[in-house]
Amino acid sequence: MVQALPKSRLAPGDLIRTAIVGIRMRKLRSALSSLGIVIGVAAMVGILGLAESSKSELLAQLDRLGTNLLIVESGTGFGLGTGALPTEATGMIARIGPVESTSMISFVGGGVYTNDRIPEGRTGGISIQAVDTGLLDVLAGSVADGVWLGDAKASYRTVVLGSVAARRLGVREVTGTQPIWLGGRWFTVIGVLNTFELSPDLDRSALIGHAAAATFLDHENLPTRVLARVDPARVDQVVTVLAATANPEFPEEVEVDKPTDALEAKEAANDTLTALFLGLGAVALLVGSVGVANVMVISVLERRGEIGLRRALGATQRQVAAQFLGEALLLGLIGGIGGVLLGVGTTVVFANVKGWDPLIPPFALLGGLGVSLVASGVAGLYPAVKAAHLSPTEALRTT
Amino acid sequence: MSGPLNAQTILAVADAHKEYPSTPPVHALRGVSFNVNKGELMAVVGPSGCGKSTLLHLMGTLDRPSSGDVIVAGHRVSALSDSELSSLRAHHIGFVFQQFHLLGGLSAIDNVADGLLYTGRPRNERRELAELELRRIGMGHRLDQIATKLSGGERQRVATARAVVGKPSIILADEPTGSLDTKNSEAMVELITEVHAGGSTIVVITHNRDIAERFPRIIEMRDGRIERDSAGRLSL
Repeated sequence: MVQALPKSRLAPGDLIRTAIVGIRMRKLRSALSSLGIVIGVAAMVGILGLAESSKSELLAQLDRLGTNLLIVESGTGFGLGTGALPTEATGMIARIGPVESTSMISFVGGGVYTNDRIPEGRTGGISIQAVDTGLLDVLAGSVADGVWLGDAKASYRTVVLGSVAARRLGVREVTGTQPIWLGGRWFTVIGVLNTFELSPDLDRSALIGHAAAATFLDHENLPTRVLARVDPARVDQVVTVLAATANPEFPEEVEVDKPTDALEAKEAANDTLTALFLGLGAVALLVGSVGVANVMVISVLERRGEIGLRRALGATQRQVAAQFLGEALLLGLIGGIGGVLLGVGTTVVFANVKGWDPLIPPFALLGGLGVSLVASGVAGLYPAVKAAHLSPTEALRTT
Repeated sequence: MSGPLNAQTILAVADAHKEYPSTPPVHALRGVSFNVNKGELMAVVGPSGCGKSTLLHLMGTLDRPSSGDVIVAGHRVSALSDSELSSLRAHHIGFVFQQFHLLGGLSAIDNVADGLLYTGRPRNERRELAELELRRIGMGHRLDQIATKLSGGERQRVATARAVVGKPSIILADEPTGSLDTKNSEAMVELITEVHAGGSTIVVITHNRDIAERFPRIIEMRDGRIERDSAGRLSL
């Protein structure tokens, strides 16, 4: 009586061990073929991480700055003489229900110089703006050095410089006594501001109080710009009525701006770039998986003897295919882990340089591993099937 | 059908023909029949091109005859699927090759243990049996040596241990002395004799008549046919 034939069996652990041996015997080549996957996955994880980090940074910035600031300006449109809003505009805007606070800026002509000997033309692009004391709060600005225009100081000949203006005037340190030649009078610098994220043009300005402008420079204090903080839920409604409120006579000459829109637009542009780089990462990964396929095809050609031996030892076609597929997957796994680590590392380093919180979406980590396994699996499929279908006698004939 | 199939018959080749499709077609085997009984030690000898390698492949179920049949341990090759033939090799057939076919990155013991890789036995057991086998054939001092660092003679001993370790029904050795010098060839023949004395059934394929003469039974081949079978159990 013939005994029943037990099946050829290869335990999962043995399969993995066999695949590891296959890779260990060709360390350099395996490392190089994994490198392609590493680069592709690192690029994708890094891009996703940086995009996420910068987005969270922007959200934090928007949160800090508030998206409820509206800026009303007199347009520079045709037939507009003064470039100013009506005197009562500030009060009218303040009376709109959802408007929480306002600040008025009035452009003062004239230049700002380090002393009175400098020719008038060399203004350094610095303008004089008369402002109220509430400006700093409404614009979410902050003082870098010295003090802001307090209620009392706003009526003296004191000036606070924007960050760019201070640099151009050579003010590095606020001593409280440094004079500058402003609008034909001497003013004392009492403070320097940090950059205004919501109104960068004010960085190039010298800011004085309305009272000081009126008293010392004979300025009329017509509003050129009114800033309004609005109930965040009703920003859109306020936008629709602002122009008519600010200048009922010529509402078409009024420009209303929401400065955080620019930041959001920047982020939208970043999203497009992210998609582009993600695509490049995918191309790198594709090239990487072609590398894996290449190495596996060569491996099958080189290891015909081994394939023949394994068939002789009782391996089925399926087990031979599984071994080579396993090797490809292992290369992909190594590449995927390497790529995720490199991508995370890049994100952390870059975010730190930028001063952001490094943030990597979890799906990027799992996705990076998953994508590299899929890519290497697909790459390994053909060589594995080729190895499996090699005739044992032919495989053994070649050494 | 050749000689009677009885309980003693481990392997039977029955009127096996093998043609390779080419132009003109190559007739590697032209009707070969013989039985191998349990515990036999025999040589198949003949000049190159006589069909002895093809015969080994058929006996080893690595290939199928164009017509006729091969029966190994009671299993008809013609009735088995490819994966069933793999199982048959895993459990019933041990191979020794001229080029040894050791896995270069593995130690002697792991190479021998791989002889049992596809039998489904756990790794510990495979390694234990491998160690036992290596010690038995006098390779106990080289257990952990990487295969590439072994001498030719040592490699063929390791390869022999790998063929024997699963206690297969039959061991097929394809030119086992073909890559060895005279001294190592002599040692190899002795090793084969020893293994046979331990109860194994062995068929050695060789082109070397001197080597063949050392074995109790000789089948001489020429042009795809058996010219002489010293056992007298003649083919058709």
